[in-house]
Amino acid sequence: MSLKDISTSVPKKDHKGKVSGQLPYISDVKLDNMVYGVLYRSPIAYGKIISIQLPNLPEGYEAVGAEHIPGPNYVKIIKEDQPIFADEWVNYIGEPILMLVGKDLNILYSLLHDVKVEFEEHQAVYNLDEAIKQESASGVMASYEFGESLENISAIEQGAHQIIEEEYETGYQEHVYLEPQGMLAIYKEDEIVVQGSMQCLYYIKNALLSALACGDDEVRVVQSPTGGGFGGKEDYPSMMACHVAVAAKVTKKSVMLVFDRSEDMEVTTKRHPAKLKYRTALDREGNILSMCVDLFLDGGANEGLSSVVLQRSLLNSAGVYKIPHFHAKGYVLKTNTVPNGAFRGFGAPQSFSGIESHIGHLSKLANIDPLEYKRKYLVKQGDLTITKGKFHDPILMEEMIDDLLYTSEYKKKKEKFQRLNQQDQRYKKGMGTSLFLHGCGFTGSGERDHIKATVKLVKSKDGKVSLNISNSDMGQGIFTTLCKIVAKELDLPYEEILYPYPDTKTVPDSGPTVASRTTMIVGKLLERAAKKLKAQWQIGVEQEVVEHYIHREMIPWDEKTFTGDAYPAYSWGVNIVEVEVDMLTGNVKLEKVYANYEVGKVIDERIMKGQIDGGLAQGLAYGYLEKMTSKQGRIQQKSISDYGPPTSLDVVSIESKVFDNPYADGPYGAKGAGELTLIGGAPAVQAAIEDALQISYQQIPITPEVIIESLWMKEGERD
Amino acid sequence: MIKFTLNGRTVETDAPVTGRLLDLLRDEFELIGTKEGCGEGECGACSVFVNNLLQNSCLIPIGSIAGADIQTIEGIMETEQFKVLDESYSIAGGVQCGYCIPGMIMASDALLSKNPHPSEAEIREGISGNLCRCTGYNMIVDAINLAAKKGDGLWKRK
Repeated sequence: MSLKDISTSVPKKDHKGKVSGQLPYISDVKLDNMVYGVLYRSPIAYGKIISIQLPNLPEGYEAVGAEHIPGPNYVKIIKEDQPIFADEWVNYIGEPILMLVGKDLNILYSLLHDVKVEFEEHQAVYNLDEAIKQESASGVMASYEFGESLENISAIEQGAHQIIEEEYETGYQEHVYLEPQGMLAIYKEDEIVVQGSMQCLYYIKNALLSALACGDDEVRVVQSPTGGGFGGKEDYPSMMACHVAVAAKVTKKSVMLVFDRSEDMEVTTKRHPAKLKYRTALDREGNILSMCVDLFLDGGANEGLSSVVLQRSLLNSAGVYKIPHFHAKGYVLKTNTVPNGAFRGFGAPQSFSGIESHIGHLSKLANIDPLEYKRKYLVKQGDLTITKGKFHDPILMEEMIDDLLYTSEYKKKKEKFQRLNQQDQRYKKGMGTSLFLHGCGFTGSGERDHIKATVKLVKSKDGKVSLNISNSDMGQGIFTTLCKIVAKELDLPYEEILYPYPDTKTVPDSGPTVASRTTMIVGKLLERAAKKLKAQWQIGVEQEVVEHYIHREMIPWDEKTFTGDAYPAYSWGVNIVEVEVDMLTGNVKLEKVYANYEVGKVIDERIMKGQIDGGLAQGLAYGYLEKMTSKQGRIQQKSISDYGPPTSLDVVSIESKVFDNPYADGPYGAKGAGELTLIGGAPAVQAAIEDALQISYQQIPITPEVIIESLWMKEGERD
Repeated sequence: MIKFTLNGRTVETDAPVTGRLLDLLRDEFELIGTKEGCGEGECGACSVFVNNLLQNSCLIPIGSIAGADIQTIEGIMETEQFKVLDESYSIAGGVQCGYCIPGMIMASDALLSKNPHPSEAEIREGISGNLCRCTGYNMIVDAINLAAKKGDGLWKRK
């Protein structure tokens, strides 16, 4: 198959093995000499370990703990605050203390039951509100502040007609990748091979090099087919990899650790719950004079990636708007709960839900249609960002909004819904919009200073070309899209480009599979490598080419002052959602979803549609369906049905369109797309519910309980 | 010793009767196409046919399958119906991470066997016991719709 237009869809590389179920995920792997691991986890939220008493272990069964770790006892992520096995303090319920290893899982579970650990319990901090109230410096894991001086803002506020203050809350979100986390360490005399479900091979390799204190050639990381990631397999697998690798070293056996769903839901990272405070000065007509945003993220017990998540939250705190005199500060606060981590959107969904909600409420005060009000503040090409960077490239939002207004018959339907809602006392219809963007790639100079990606193309004698890169296909389709880029550049049939599951023994570090960076950054490197290979192409000879990341300097990013270009490029989106709310039950039914996006250039239309539909389903559900809570440090939803991700009956067909706006530094003009599609869902669904009920909300998810309570309140106000 | 039919062959096992059919299929018969997503009958990744009915194998005790006819994805892989589903899922883009897909294929086959020309609402209903976290379902709905058209006459109402 030769490729005329890069966007034209091709069959996915991994389709066959997946549709037949014969492609082995990690839990499908069975080896001779393989044993299982189960973890003893802290039953308390905060305290000191006094003593550990193990049951008598039958032959072939062993306990592995902190004392067995050859290197330092922490999982290398950013800070050294996450023990591999807790040996002094425990900081959350579910924190691993030791692992029992042996052949039979049933025996392991019964042995686990007989492990006795004595704790000295201390007063825990259970949630964000408690952490904010404490105001203790030791509870602040990260903080940043930037923007207009508070003095200037105070002067503006004094002359303002009105100051509006709002407090907004977002909850946990659970990834619910269909394949639970799993990791296997294969024991060999001279190396440990760690294989499993993962997004970031070199994060894991670096964590292993530290934990095992070993040489570069003594550990190897191989990705297994990965049954969904969504960020949940970005940071967490590093810990599991340390567990199985240490256990393999100790037992000299291959060790498999696979979670069941309840363990996965209780102990793995989630989207950070957030609190956002807005303080906005308005003039007489309802125009914005200044805005202050205070943002708090619940980091959970360890920092993990939270400081980076906070950065992205803050960078998106003004949404897609040019707000005069903007100031923001943000904190990650420690609580004695499960550590929170990466999740598609990475801090942006909280900020966009908050700012879209706030701007929507301001539009009501100004008595202007929300979309019309939002458009007054929409950023344009050449505008400065809130960090004094610049929107360098053309922005198509006006065109995208106009198109979606037309497709959705927005005006006509709004009027119709108003009429219908006056007649129908039970079912109310509403329409909501969201405008959003996503900064593609790592924040600031991350690609240049930390990632330093390298890609390699290997050509065999028979002219087949393999992609040697460390990026994971976890369902998003990069096996297909990246091969297309190389095929087109080399003018070879797509079938002759190979992309085997990556193995650190053969692939260089092309960076983690995160941050909507893979297509744009790694894809561009591959495009360049392919150009180079084409120029050097020799028939019948093995050849290799390597390409390294080149940073295009714009307005340099300074993390300390939070100024400069935070991202090299942005992708954009507009969503319009129609809902029907049942006033009796509080149930929300999606009726129609419209979505326009701009991602530079689409590399495969069908794959892009998959990202749109899947991302939107997650994003919409984040706004009204998926609710996870923690009580006294314990996650309350331990099964899929307790939590409630959408089924086929919750989703409706989505009318979407993607606009072309090629980006010079992306392959064929492509920018990032994977996270963008989630971001607009929740704010649009909230706006639609508000439109239907004429009630303002200050939180997501807006569950039936929240709706019923708000209806009672409204009724009370009327009485 | 329990005897049953597995993908058309008579087989027997002496696995504990309280064990799960899911584990029996995966561990003893090495049929890896039946996946475990939740272990509680909520996600459908372990869907199999028991006497031609779609069931979650994680909820079925081995003791209850004596004499039963069990079919897994491996058992239907060679059928014309599977080929149509395979192609339709590919064209419609119904497969992303793939973990739910064998179960989805089983559910699709079960639906089309009962109702060879389902409406969109009937398709959504038919796969509502199978969770997918990647696709938002729409491209899977499209795939089944396409399969119904392509496979006209293949699935006869039983």
